[in-house]
Amino acid sequence: MTALQGPVLQGPGANPWRGLPAAGLAIVVVIAAASIAPAQGYYLNILMQAATYAIGVLGLVVVLGYCGQISIAQAAFFGLGAYAVALGTVDFHINFFVALFIGVVISGVCGLVLGLGTLRLGGHYLGMITISFQQILTLVLTNWIDFTHGPDGVRNVPRPNVFGVSLEDGRAYLGLILVAAVLVTLFVWRLKASRLGRAMQAVRDNELAASTSGINVYGTKVVAFGISAVLGAIGGGLFSGGFRYISPDQFSFGDSIVMLTMALLGGATSPFGALVGTVVLVLLPEWLRFLKQIYLAVYGASVILIMVFLPDGLWGFVDARTRKRVTTITGAVPPLPLLAQKGEATDEAVLVVADLAKHFGGLKAVDGVNLTVRRGTVHALIGPNGSGKTTFINVVTGLYEATGGKITFVGQDITTLAPHRRNRAGLARTYQNIRVFRGMTVLENVMIGAERQGNDVAHDPKAVVLRALAALDFVEMRGDAHRLVGDLSYGHQRYVEIARALASSPHTLLLDEPAAGLNLTEKVELGNLLKRLKGHGLTIMIIDHDMKLVESVADHITVLNFGKRIADGTPQDVLSHPDVIAAYLGEPRNEAA
Amino acid sequence: MNDFLQLVFQGLGIGAIYALVSLGFVLLIRAASVVNFGQGEFSMLGAYLLVVFFNLWGIPYLIGMVLSVIIMAGFGLIFAYCTYWPLRFRGGLPVIISTIGASIFLQNMVLFLYGPSSVPVDDLFDTPGIQIGEVFLASQYLAIIVIAALLVGLQYFIFEKTLLGKKLQATSQDKEMASLLGIPVVLMIMITFAYSSALGGLAGMLVAPILFVSVNMAGIITLKAFAANIIGGYGSIPGAILGGLALGVAETLGAAYISVPYKDAFAFLMLLAFLMVRPQGLFGEKISEKA
Repeated sequence: MTALQGPVLQGPGANPWRGLPAAGLAIVVVIAAASIAPAQGYYLNILMQAATYAIGVLGLVVVLGYCGQISIAQAAFFGLGAYAVALGTVDFHINFFVALFIGVVISGVCGLVLGLGTLRLGGHYLGMITISFQQILTLVLTNWIDFTHGPDGVRNVPRPNVFGVSLEDGRAYLGLILVAAVLVTLFVWRLKASRLGRAMQAVRDNELAASTSGINVYGTKVVAFGISAVLGAIGGGLFSGGFRYISPDQFSFGDSIVMLTMALLGGATSPFGALVGTVVLVLLPEWLRFLKQIYLAVYGASVILIMVFLPDGLWGFVDARTRKRVTTITGAVPPLPLLAQKGEATDEAVLVVADLAKHFGGLKAVDGVNLTVRRGTVHALIGPNGSGKTTFINVVTGLYEATGGKITFVGQDITTLAPHRRNRAGLARTYQNIRVFRGMTVLENVMIGAERQGNDVAHDPKAVVLRALAALDFVEMRGDAHRLVGDLSYGHQRYVEIARALASSPHTLLLDEPAAGLNLTEKVELGNLLKRLKGHGLTIMIIDHDMKLVESVADHITVLNFGKRIADGTPQDVLSHPDVIAAYLGEPRNEAA
Repeated sequence: MNDFLQLVFQGLGIGAIYALVSLGFVLLIRAASVVNFGQGEFSMLGAYLLVVFFNLWGIPYLIGMVLSVIIMAGFGLIFAYCTYWPLRFRGGLPVIISTIGASIFLQNMVLFLYGPSSVPVDDLFDTPGIQIGEVFLASQYLAIIVIAALLVGLQYFIFEKTLLGKKLQATSQDKEMASLLGIPVVLMIMITFAYSSALGGLAGMLVAPILFVSVNMAGIITLKAFAANIIGGYGSIPGAILGGLALGVAETLGAAYISVPYKDAFAFLMLLAFLMVRPQGLFGEKISEKA
């Protein structure tokens, strides 16, 4: 087998050294830069502000850019870190780094508690709760004078020693902050291409598809928010030592808004965007200072203009115009293990659905359906529009809670399991209206399938890439591996979705109207693809309206109408069943009457 | 007990202001899915217009108010044109950021023009108020409550009983369907912006004699409108009104009986409590994402 050629090794797991040489070089450069910076005064302060803010804004990249959750309290977490360092060193005489660590822990715990409370709910709730947290923290910092020193703030925050070297000197301390900023940038950058980072982006792009691809959506959001709180506190703690004087008004709602704007202005989906956005917005008010009193007004207007004219932020704008056309990956990969298996249809029940019901108020979308899917078969579920087919699949995969009945999958009762747990048990699906992760590449989409917990390759990052490529080979889309899914045609997006499911080596595959929206050629291709999947032991349940397709692949057909099962059996029996004909073509008029 | 009733009365007065601003806020969420961080700026601008017309130019109070409301309605259109229109197809977040930009812009323009000091404004009526038993009903608070009640009634009438109201409701429920039925969706959204801005402006003028007029009033009013909206139920119109009233009463009582410096914290503690225990708010979330 020839070696793979091209940008294959995605992610820090696949290449543990990824980014480290560049980061090492960056550290040397920033230390050199810090050594020639002014030792005190205005410009030193500007540099320190930019570097510490950048660390906080990188936290927003994780929660907002990667995971798509709005947090409007980054200045509060920044403030927690700053106050922990200031109060810890000045009032309690603790070592600087110990105080910083305490601040990070407090901030992380606050982030987790807020996240655990709200992230189960819709997107705007985190925004709302973070606003409240921000306001309450500001009030406490201002009014709990005995502990926080109140509006007067904390003065004379000391700077630490590192390996016996005092960083009292402004340039030395600036060096420390810049090195920290480089390391945090490296962390955030590597996070993006890690398994956790991919999970976050999947949650951002499509929560439902993420959950049925084995991702714990709630847990992923909480972790993302926790990381952002921790990074905020690190930035704030270092800020405290930099300015040596802090007060509550430095960590207000307005500052949270500024940080949010920095992330979006630079481009929140990239750590480099955060750096650019931070530097520009720290400098912009300085550049606009000649405007005297109205400079903040001009700043506000600039924010609107940037949002209108640079939708992906400054970095997104630059990146889109300088990115090299990515090359494709050549070289053979081992084919999907599935294809090497032999497996004929058997009588073993894989998915047993008993008396399943789903009611929406008075509407009985699924009304007491019994159904058994047997291993290795292609089982079609058909019925007129509104007969409850998609609702049925949604209940089976856990997106809807069953009103009644029981679902057993490979001997396990899954009726009340969360969607990602059902997927981890081996139940994969596609959607009628395609659900792919539009902001990610084709390869990344399929990798999310391959790294499903419980998949044989899940713990080896290199094998995950190979498996994803194998799935792309199967749907003949390897050439598009590095394109953004959102740029592909509808039919190709559907193949990406199928490849994502196949890469997870599912036990059972549920296809919800895979032929919907495809043209005739694409439908023929899809039929061929399904036929290639037959006979390898994979159990498939397919919903579709295209009778030709269904007849050509199905071993067994179940027909639903008005939420009830009206027929069940072999294709010949079912398609000649009078009730089925009536459901599809209407009742024959009784001519004799 | 009488102290208590007195405080409840004042709380309802302030709460009616929050209710009006929150109402404008909710209408924008419903009509255009815009979470407007500049909602409090509508109130600030309305109050400053009153200062300019009445305090500086000596135009009679009521005429000044009517002029300000009309100008604020027009301003709502300009606001929509700058912050919402260019970004309307790009999802919620970019519009949020541009309303934040607008908020920064407006506050600092006003700061530049009128400075940071608070400006006092006369009450709407010369009579100080009515004494009922041991409770003193100050005229400004009474005016706020009565005007807010009239406006809510008027809005109910327009929304439920007129064709315009039906069109506005249809737009907020399903824009695509509404436009297929021949409803001019863009016009409906613009009307909502104008109305929301006028409502916010009026609330600012009504509260001006109580809080005094300053740049800082904008931010705090925006945040209270948020809180009222969550407490009442995200996107719910009766929720916005009741949430606003509840918030006003709770913070007035909290300030009187517990702590003055933490007055503003009560709103947010209430909000946190609701988010943790009953996130759908008093009336239930009206806007949910479809599966």
